[in-house]
Amino acid sequence: MNVIETLEFEGPIASLLKEIDALDLLPATDARDREVASLRRRLDSTRADLYATLTPWQRVQVARHPSRPGLEEFIRVLFSGFVELHGDRRFADDHALMTGFADYNGQPVLLVGHVKGGDTKEKIYRNFGYARPEGYRKALRAMRLAEKFGRPIIVFVDTPAAYPGIESEERGVAEAIAVNIRDMMLLDTPVIVVVSGEGGSGGALGIAVGDRVLMQEFAIYSVIPPEGCAAILWRHSNKKVEAASALKLTAPDLLKVGIIDEIIPEPVGGAHADPDTATRLVDEALQRALADVSAVDAAARLKARYDKFRNIGRLGREFVDEGNEVPSGSSLPLRDRSNAELPRRTPRTERSLKGQPPRQ
Amino acid sequence: MAWFKKTRKPIAATKEKSSRVPEGLWLKCPGCAQVIYNKDLSTNLNVCPKCVHHFRIGAAERLRTLFDAEWTEHDVDLASTDPLEFTDTKPYKARLQASRAATGLKDAIIVGTGGIEGICTVVAAMEYDFIGGSMGVVVGEKITRAIERALDLRCPLVIVCCSGGARMMEGALSLMQMAKICGALAHFDKARLPYISVLTDPTTGGVTASFAMLGDLNIAEPMALIGFAGPRVIEQTIRQKLPEGFQRSEFLLEKGMIDFIIDRREMKAAIARALRFMGARATLPAPAPASPAVEPELSHLAIESSRQ
Repeated sequence: MNVIETLEFEGPIASLLKEIDALDLLPATDARDREVASLRRRLDSTRADLYATLTPWQRVQVARHPSRPGLEEFIRVLFSGFVELHGDRRFADDHALMTGFADYNGQPVLLVGHVKGGDTKEKIYRNFGYARPEGYRKALRAMRLAEKFGRPIIVFVDTPAAYPGIESEERGVAEAIAVNIRDMMLLDTPVIVVVSGEGGSGGALGIAVGDRVLMQEFAIYSVIPPEGCAAILWRHSNKKVEAASALKLTAPDLLKVGIIDEIIPEPVGGAHADPDTATRLVDEALQRALADVSAVDAAARLKARYDKFRNIGRLGREFVDEGNEVPSGSSLPLRDRSNAELPRRTPRTERSLKGQPPRQ
Repeated sequence: MAWFKKTRKPIAATKEKSSRVPEGLWLKCPGCAQVIYNKDLSTNLNVCPKCVHHFRIGAAERLRTLFDAEWTEHDVDLASTDPLEFTDTKPYKARLQASRAATGLKDAIIVGTGGIEGICTVVAAMEYDFIGGSMGVVVGEKITRAIERALDLRCPLVIVCCSGGARMMEGALSLMQMAKICGALAHFDKARLPYISVLTDPTTGGVTASFAMLGDLNIAEPMALIGFAGPRVIEQTIRQKLPEGFQRSEFLLEKGMIDFIIDRREMKAAIARALRFMGARATLPAPAPASPAVEPELSHLAIESSRQ
């Protein structure tokens, strides 16, 4: 029996799965087995066709798939002897963000990542992967521990966003994220980030500064969820499909602008269709990245990490210097001009006075 | 029924009369609902003389309130290339054009170096009228260069935040500016140079969750909206009305997120005083102060103004 939930665009896959299930219930005969085998071949080719041309919005749906392997699955398959570390030592233990140490191919590493939860009860316990400020503070505390003892850090990102609630604001979620981003930049130990599901804006970036940022093929990473973007810019949340395309939140798009370093391929049909293969592919990429980064000495590694983020948004590509059309390759062109040459701006409250000097 | 018809006429008549008053000469303060003479407002740094309501001001105006005299502006001509070729109900390029025409700036920030009571300081001020002061690649780059410049000059850094957050039209590139700026601030912090973050109305989203909250001092103007998630998003999540004053400067002060609240008219003196505490020295000739140079008792003033 197939128990994988199918997404709405996976209609052809769902009907094939249903047929196979129905045939499975019949008495086993050669004719039935042949029929099942041919249906399976059709299933594979349908999947391959469908997944070769996923639209950005469909990728969003795949990235959010409830059966998509997440941190807990990775811990179970790839790591051994996991010991969870709880609490930020200040306020509470956040359940949406998990930290702990484990062995990865015999090497002790620190694991940090979001957990969304499986069934409804667990989802509520995990707050649907929306971490509160104490989650980010716990993450930094654990990462400091890894730094102190020279253990590499592996981060799995899968969150819709940081929790937007009253208590989050009261306890300074913005400050918690900001401090994490700043301090992760100087953490003196290898940091590998894997965006495995939803990379939801600041909630993701708050644990996602590393030497390598890897991303699974159908994961997404965005400044705002498509629904939110549609609600603000289109003033209608059902424009989410258009917003998903406009935001360029897919792995290939992000690789192009240097936001991620590598795409981890997923099996045909997405990670949820074949979690074992998906996990193995993550494992391969992770081993390679960790070996590469660990081989570099600390100072060079930190410099490379800084440069990587410093150079996101490049002169001549994402922005231009209109006053200084200099040949490319020269150092930062800086043209200063004194205040006197600036167009004098009138603040909003003065603007209406134009042409009508006050009588005095 | 005739009773009611009669009473309507005089109301209509008064409406016509009101058009004789020249437009924009007087302004109704949203804080106290009193009528203010516009010139009184502009000579008072756009603070309501009656209720201390702080009107939002532009980036250039902000720099004028902080610097002693003229300043040197940096990276004037950096402009976005619309890297995602983003179009919502309107192309992003058209939005950029409209904002450039309206503000005379090429993006939502001005960076300048000048004197604050004689202390050479790099100041970055965000411009709300440019697509909501949002942070895209250009804002990220200009702030990062401002930090690098301050690091080179070994002088203090002040960033005046006034922004709705990261700029959606540049997608994840905008998000990554948070990491770029925070990284530069990490090095700035290590160099033991002072950084003051000034929070003004509004400071939200990715700006709050990066450089706005990382100052050696985080100081705010009274009643400014400061938060991570927008109030409407939070209301949708928790499905109830938010309490009065939620995410205002006074709320953040109470929750321990900012050092003090300070009136705009005392902002410059407060910054200079704090910079001196953090080891900065006046190297530029300070011009004769327009107002008497009295060192304000910062925390007292802050509490006074917020209670009014």
